[in-house]
Amino acid sequence: MAIRLSGSTTLKLALLYLLLFTGSVLVLSGFLYWATAGYMERQTRATIETEIQGLSERYEQTGLAGLSFTINQRLKRNPTSASIYLLTDPSGNRILGNLDRWPKINPDAQGWVELWLSSDKVLDDKAHPARAQLFTLRGGFRLLVGRDMEYLRSIELLILEALGWGILLTTLLGLAGGLWMGRRFLRRVEQLDHTAQEIMAGDMNRRMPLRGSDDELDSLARTLNRMLDRINELMIGVKQVSDNIAHDMRTPLSRLRQTLESAQDNRLSQPEQQLRVEQAVQEADHLLSTFNALLRIGNIEARHQRQAFEQLSLNQLLDDVVELYEPIAEDRQQLIEFEQVSVPAIQGDRNMLFQVLANLLDNALKYSPEQGLIQVTMTQPVADRIEISIRDSGPGIPAELQDKVFQRFYRMEKSRTTPGNGLGLSLVRAVCDLHNIKIQLQNTAPGMEIKLLIAA
Amino acid sequence: MRILLIEDDTTTADFISRSLKEAGHNVQHCTDGKDGLLTALDSPFELMIVDRMLPSLDGLSIIRSVRGADNNIPILVLSALGEVDSRVEGLQAGADDYLAKPFACSELLARIDALARRGGGAQEATRFTLDDLEIDLLSHEVRRAGKLIPMQAREFRLLEYLMRHQGQVLTRTMLLENVWDYHFDPQTNIIDVHISRLRGKIDRDYDTKLLHTVRGAGYVMRMPVSE
Repeated sequence: MAIRLSGSTTLKLALLYLLLFTGSVLVLSGFLYWATAGYMERQTRATIETEIQGLSERYEQTGLAGLSFTINQRLKRNPTSASIYLLTDPSGNRILGNLDRWPKINPDAQGWVELWLSSDKVLDDKAHPARAQLFTLRGGFRLLVGRDMEYLRSIELLILEALGWGILLTTLLGLAGGLWMGRRFLRRVEQLDHTAQEIMAGDMNRRMPLRGSDDELDSLARTLNRMLDRINELMIGVKQVSDNIAHDMRTPLSRLRQTLESAQDNRLSQPEQQLRVEQAVQEADHLLSTFNALLRIGNIEARHQRQAFEQLSLNQLLDDVVELYEPIAEDRQQLIEFEQVSVPAIQGDRNMLFQVLANLLDNALKYSPEQGLIQVTMTQPVADRIEISIRDSGPGIPAELQDKVFQRFYRMEKSRTTPGNGLGLSLVRAVCDLHNIKIQLQNTAPGMEIKLLIAA
Repeated sequence: MRILLIEDDTTTADFISRSLKEAGHNVQHCTDGKDGLLTALDSPFELMIVDRMLPSLDGLSIIRSVRGADNNIPILVLSALGEVDSRVEGLQAGADDYLAKPFACSELLARIDALARRGGGAQEATRFTLDDLEIDLLSHEVRRAGKLIPMQAREFRLLEYLMRHQGQVLTRTMLLENVWDYHFDPQTNIIDVHISRLRGKIDRDYDTKLLHTVRGAGYVMRMPVSE
């Protein structure tokens, strides 16, 4: 399949290439021929015309004797030249010249005739072509001045031959070049195709070959490689998530199973049995809420939820969330220091953003020690940015783990014992991404600060 | 109460029917959207429970048709699409409440109770009393045995909601939605903390406890039941 496709494409490319190439060579040759042979021919005509002009003037000035003298002299001076002269009396009898008789052909409007000569300047059917101008002198004498065109014709033939060869060569070169270029291009496309097939077959670590030539195909290959990297990352992410889900679900599921099993025990008293069943229901609820949270994160990440966006007041949201969590802080003798400036309304989903603030504040309270301090502030340092900062007095998150805490089910060793499903920050991140809110983590020792940067 | 249940999943439907019947309701069940709509328009019901995804006609279309026929029957939507948006869609279509699957039976019963009362009583009371506890919505005063109890705004709203629905079991989600007006999933038992604070103010120093915890369900305001 790949070969047939590439074969036909190569041929098409090569033919196109050839067509263009030959076309331009033909045009170029035509011009060359016109410029050389045509030029020489035009030159010859002009020379003959000038010569006739000169000879007729001589006749006017010096009469027949002077003209004859001049022609004879010219013939004698250069007996082998290509020049042809013939002077006849009014009845057509030859007076002098190197042509044996007056041609029987009628001249064209400008007085030109085409002649065929043998080498000894005898009119003949075959042999040399010649061109001559006929001119009638005063008194009925007729003058013929011409040129043997054999030389010119051979040059023309030479040029034509050369051009012919040139065109043939060009065509061959063009065809070969076209095929070569086409194959070269398509070989790279085939390489990409081949690599893509291998990757599809499961070798996810293969990458498109690069030639380092920085051309379009290289840049395509690079883009494809980046895409593959991204896909790989996502696949690893998905795999991790499903591994984590499997792992994190197994524990509560097996707990649920044990509880139910123990509830089956007939020796248990009614209230004891009732208690077990209640525990089982609680386990199931916990599992369900974890699944719900997962689904919710998935939904938000798929960006299906923007239609619930509305104008909302962050001040109101922050007021409400701090008020909601205040009693928990009081129970643990923690202090929430809350400060905010009045900020403009933003577009968003109030329930989701409330969830974000609730999760963050909940974490801050959970990880701060008893009697710890939690600072919640909202500022607008520049006109187009609102910052919400939640700072706790807990142990903080080591810098190298700060990216991981947003992954689903990721829980630091220390926090394995605190309640929670490891999804809180994943949800925070998903909602923030949906709202184009940037999250910054910073260790402030003691404690850590989490900052939300919101475009105002 | 005559309740129409339109739900295609028989397991869920059986579970709901059984719980509703145990709670003393009369349930008619349809598995198909068109059937459900025709039944709803044909015979008088006091409440409808509609699943969102149904064969032949989806739940929201049923609700729109019922509302289009000028029928103000309280409608509760059940859906596996539990997210905020689908919820908004459901309420916009004319539903009165929305419950995401899976749900606890107690949650469903509590919501049905609340819906039924909402439909029945249009009287805007400004004062509620239970035993010797009084709450006055106009003066924002709470008294127990004649003694004024200072309340913060949110505590007052929480107590108001509980007193308005006295005798009814109110789930934590219902409290969050109605008192705090946010749909979200608190990771902590935050509502319990607020309730225990409220208890501290209205119940702790008195012999007759009025605010009770219903195990596995939520809270209820009522006179203590002696067992």
